[in-house]
Amino acid sequence: MNSLYYQKKLSRNVGDKFFTSLSVFCALIAILPLIFVVTYILIKGGAQITPELFTLEPNPPGDDLDAGGINPALIGTLVITTIASIISIPVGVGGGIYLAEYSNGGPFSKFIRFGVNVLAGVPSIIAGVFIYALIVSTKILFGSMYSGLAGGMALSILMLPTVIKTTDEGLKLVPNELRYASLGIGASMYTTILKITLPTAFRSIATGVVLGIARAAGETAPLIFTALFSYYYIVGFEDLFYEMGSLAVLIYNFALEPYDAQNKLAWAASFILVISILTVNIFSRILAAFTEKTKRV
Amino acid sequence: MEEKLTLFKNRKRFGIEKNIDLIFKNTTLALSSLVAIVLFGIILVVFFQSFESFSRYGLNFLVTSEWNPVKDEYGAFTAIYGTLVTSLLSLLITIPLGVGTAIFITEDFVPKFVREIVGSFVELLAAIPSVVLGLWAIFVMEPFFREFFVFLHKFFGWIPLFSSEPAGRNSLLAIIILVVMLLPIVTSIARDSLNQVPKKLRNASYGIGASRWKTIFSVILPAALSGIMAGVLLALGRAMGETMAVTMIIGNSNAFSWSLLSPGYTISSMLANQFGEADGSQVSSLFYAAFVLMILSLVVNIFAQWLVKKFSLKY
Repeated sequence: MNSLYYQKKLSRNVGDKFFTSLSVFCALIAILPLIFVVTYILIKGGAQITPELFTLEPNPPGDDLDAGGINPALIGTLVITTIASIISIPVGVGGGIYLAEYSNGGPFSKFIRFGVNVLAGVPSIIAGVFIYALIVSTKILFGSMYSGLAGGMALSILMLPTVIKTTDEGLKLVPNELRYASLGIGASMYTTILKITLPTAFRSIATGVVLGIARAAGETAPLIFTALFSYYYIVGFEDLFYEMGSLAVLIYNFALEPYDAQNKLAWAASFILVISILTVNIFSRILAAFTEKTKRV
Repeated sequence: MEEKLTLFKNRKRFGIEKNIDLIFKNTTLALSSLVAIVLFGIILVVFFQSFESFSRYGLNFLVTSEWNPVKDEYGAFTAIYGTLVTSLLSLLITIPLGVGTAIFITEDFVPKFVREIVGSFVELLAAIPSVVLGLWAIFVMEPFFREFFVFLHKFFGWIPLFSSEPAGRNSLLAIIILVVMLLPIVTSIARDSLNQVPKKLRNASYGIGASRWKTIFSVILPAALSGIMAGVLLALGRAMGETMAVTMIIGNSNAFSWSLLSPGYTISSMLANQFGEADGSQVSSLFYAAFVLMILSLVVNIFAQWLVKKFSLKY
């Protein structure tokens, strides 16, 4: 009868205990990096946050102890991600509409879906290299070389696959009954898409796109030789055609400076970048969970 | 999908409406084709820019490690070797860690909300920009590991991998920060594939008396293997192309060394370092290196996609 009870010393039970603790150990290690990174950024970056940080230009490294602010980089990040969004959102949503609504699983749509996945796997620095060859070195944009515009284009290449994928998947989730109903009351295909399916899928598409923008805002590699960096305020439209700073490149440049003042500025920029990206991520996560709950009801 | 199209085709359309419909369809068609155009554009542009260097050095470029803009001699062996070694070694550490975490999240060792918190922590880690991880690596991680590296060299210095005096920035640090970056990818894909394994399989295994971990090792993991493999390959592609954090911590030295404790180079860090100031045939050589990196990551990515298609779960 004894054999019916749980026996601690049985080799299978010992082995199970061992592997369970191993798995718990893995999970503990896996959550450590986020905790450490975020804590250090909150402590080291949070200490640098002053009103002047948001209004001043950064001082060139070296000659004085005061590093200045990050205003041009902050505005630059906003400008460059806006350019990237203006390019990639219409293209991506349009392409996604074709894949989800018009294509019928033929070789062309298979090829494009494959291409989207491949493009998503292209290293981000290659996007920078490509834009450098296409735009920066040819001076095709009214003779300007390094520019915020070129940086935005490089980022848009990275955003494009994300936008297409979320649109494609969001539209596929829309039930076909809605399309039949629309057809039934005499709507044409484009009215159905613009008035029925796209609005229905809006929330999931918007969530994906916003996450894509947040991801692009932190990208550095495509910017370091397309947008380069600038110490000066962005004042007008024509600044788009000149070198433009961004938070990401500022962190890269100033982290490698030997001066303490610049390093501190890099921490402050990281603080702002990480807080905004994490806020967007957590918020969209909560929104997604909320949507799922309301759907079930 | 097809049914919906034919339904709309049966509908009679007139004049302007028909035209608008067609214009709309063709616009979206053109926009989706842009993906292919951009992709081919990238491949062609990088290839043609590297042509000069390719015709001059040929495949020797891949096996020599001289990188001398003054003498106009270029070879990317150190960078290619660095790319492969850092990405493969970091993957080797990440796989058990990530799969272990994924098992923790999908099994019920602890209440659901704890698992959900662990899951979101790991996923949020993926949202931290690479350049921020690089900053953290320079100022927090490097001092933390300094003593450990000295110890490693002292006691394991006879192994070629640890044979040099630990440098402030070195390949091993790059590998560690890559593990941090790959962990979310491997974990989330492994978790998804584990979740897709049908409950029936687990119940059947428990029914014939297998213990929990016997079930995991003999039933669940084999069933999820293709998904996990694809995730691993995607992570490999990501590791090879990863630029910022690696560039900031690897030390950027073109001198070849077996030791992981000495500074190294990867293709992407070479590009990040030199592209801004390069001119003449150096630019073409950098494009050549970029082309090699692109081919490497394309092959890995396409193989991953093929794997997913070929072995996707058929339950």
